[in-house]
Amino acid sequence: MWRDHLTEIIVFSLLFLLVSAMGFVAARWRAPRDMAHLDEWGLGGRSFGGWITWFLVGGDLYTAYTFVAVPALIFGAGAAGFFAVPYTIVIYPLVFLVLCRLWSVSHRHGFVTPADFVRNRFDSPILALLIAITGIVATMPYIALQLVGIEAVLKTMGVTGDSALARHLPIIIAFAILAAYTYQSGLRAPALIAFVKDSLIYIVILVAVVYLPYKLGGWGDIFDAADAKFKASPAPGDGILLNANNQLQYVTLAFGSALALFLYPHSITGVLASKNRDVIKRNMSALPAYSLLLGLIALLGYMAIAAGVKPLPGAKAGSVDGNTVVPLLFDSQFPDWFAGVAYGAIGIGALVPAAIMSIAAANLFTRNIYKEYLKRDASPAQEANVSKITSLVVKVGAVACIVFLDPQFSIDLQLIGGVIILQTLPAVALGLYTRWFHRGALIAGWVAGMGLGMWMLYQIGNPATGKKHFAGSAFPLEKFGFDTTKTIYVGIVAVLVNLAVAALLTLVLRAAKVADGVDATTPDDYFADEGDPRVTPGTERDADVAPEPVA
Amino acid sequence: MAAPEPEAPTTARSRAKDHSPWNWLLFIPIVVPLIPAFFNADSPRLFGFPRFYWLQLAWIILGVATTTLVYQMTKKRGGDR
Repeated sequence: MWRDHLTEIIVFSLLFLLVSAMGFVAARWRAPRDMAHLDEWGLGGRSFGGWITWFLVGGDLYTAYTFVAVPALIFGAGAAGFFAVPYTIVIYPLVFLVLCRLWSVSHRHGFVTPADFVRNRFDSPILALLIAITGIVATMPYIALQLVGIEAVLKTMGVTGDSALARHLPIIIAFAILAAYTYQSGLRAPALIAFVKDSLIYIVILVAVVYLPYKLGGWGDIFDAADAKFKASPAPGDGILLNANNQLQYVTLAFGSALALFLYPHSITGVLASKNRDVIKRNMSALPAYSLLLGLIALLGYMAIAAGVKPLPGAKAGSVDGNTVVPLLFDSQFPDWFAGVAYGAIGIGALVPAAIMSIAAANLFTRNIYKEYLKRDASPAQEANVSKITSLVVKVGAVACIVFLDPQFSIDLQLIGGVIILQTLPAVALGLYTRWFHRGALIAGWVAGMGLGMWMLYQIGNPATGKKHFAGSAFPLEKFGFDTTKTIYVGIVAVLVNLAVAALLTLVLRAAKVADGVDATTPDDYFADEGDPRVTPGTERDADVAPEPVA
Repeated sequence: MAAPEPEAPTTARSRAKDHSPWNWLLFIPIVVPLIPAFFNADSPRLFGFPRFYWLQLAWIILGVATTTLVYQMTKKRGGDR
């Protein structure tokens, strides 16, 4: 069956080879004096200007999840899947305010990860370890999600076999190549590839949103076809508008996801790699161009309904793989060669974020576990080396997720990751504004939020698929004893409880005069900009080192 | 045992950089897109798009306009440093 897709396979392979070559060459791009340093390998020398940051962060935040899972959600559930649009509008004002401060303090102190910041701000290696582990665990399913994106494309082209190994072999090869050039070039590889990825995606989507409605009878007909499908379906929650029960879920999911997104280690890596505060602020006005793209991509789900696309069967008998609707739509509506370009865009769209995420997770391990607990006197070269090896391990873990778990639940996996990462909000995001919280209270809040979040996720079943636990992130409020059919996003509830516990215990611990450590940062650190005196990264680690003199 | 360290001693120059009242405007694009009453309806349609879709896409422009305005109003003046 792959013979029917020969043109697509050739175009896809050529594009894939092109970016792989770019990935290896990237080590020499804007070449540093010394690549054996975590600032170079893991943050691209902290030197990226406006354009590179735009492509890098855009390529980082709008992932294969965007191109495959969001339209799949719209295809399956309708309006509820459109939460991705408000979610990516709300995030930029938040970043504008919060991450600029993180950039400044990290620039001053040479922090590479959010856990580095927490370690110095709250003088607590345990809290930093929790933040680091949270980041790594939340990132793993996110990387796995990228693989799902590639897999959906490969499946549509018919290059995946039936046995477990044959089904995953192309992905394993793709990831082996990705792992090799990330190992060599670090953050420079995804930064360079992001140019190709985003250009392809803009071309494909612009063509799709002009050409497909023309072929399918116009936007009005597309929405009407979707409306007709949802009216005919027995599921209560779908439709092209929200109903009374899922509005709260829609809003809390959009807001919670936005809060979660900029706490993810990979977004922070992208932001820290920029060269000054102005680059970040200007990008917050320019990045929403991707949100427009995302909104249009989401609507591909309705186009698939209007075009009568039937998703391919899933891994289990009787199930369908909703993630294949967009590749199938392209396959049925576009000429073969252009479908190949579109597949290349999705495939490369998975590689860029997967590379950045694995780098971010590797940096967390190196700085906050290896250097903190295993080898305190690690040299910058050793740090870079450990990070490179860890990035390989992380990718193997992500591949294992895909091979052993049902990819149908990719979006839910990512939503679980979102709930987890939200629990770092009090320490990381609020910590940038205030040192009021007691370090012990933050740890207790994290435990409470995490415990509640996991319990709530465990309670969520999906009658349609027969899954009893972990089937989504929309929690029915009736389980708390409220007399209502409304649902709410788990992450918001968990982080509110986290905050409440942290605040109450802070009062208690302060009253009991429990030691609270020393803040190694000064208020002025949070406004530092390019050109300010900066410590050599990697030398200042211990909180008892005297704070930097005020500039 | 250390006393808590509030962020009180912020210098005047830093305040000028980061504590501008213009920043409060940023709450508009955070709050407005999260009110379903504005957009959860079919009519009026625009180019075939129900209001739910075109209005939420229009909030993107609201977000861009606000962040651009705040950036322009709060960015460092030439002689500041």
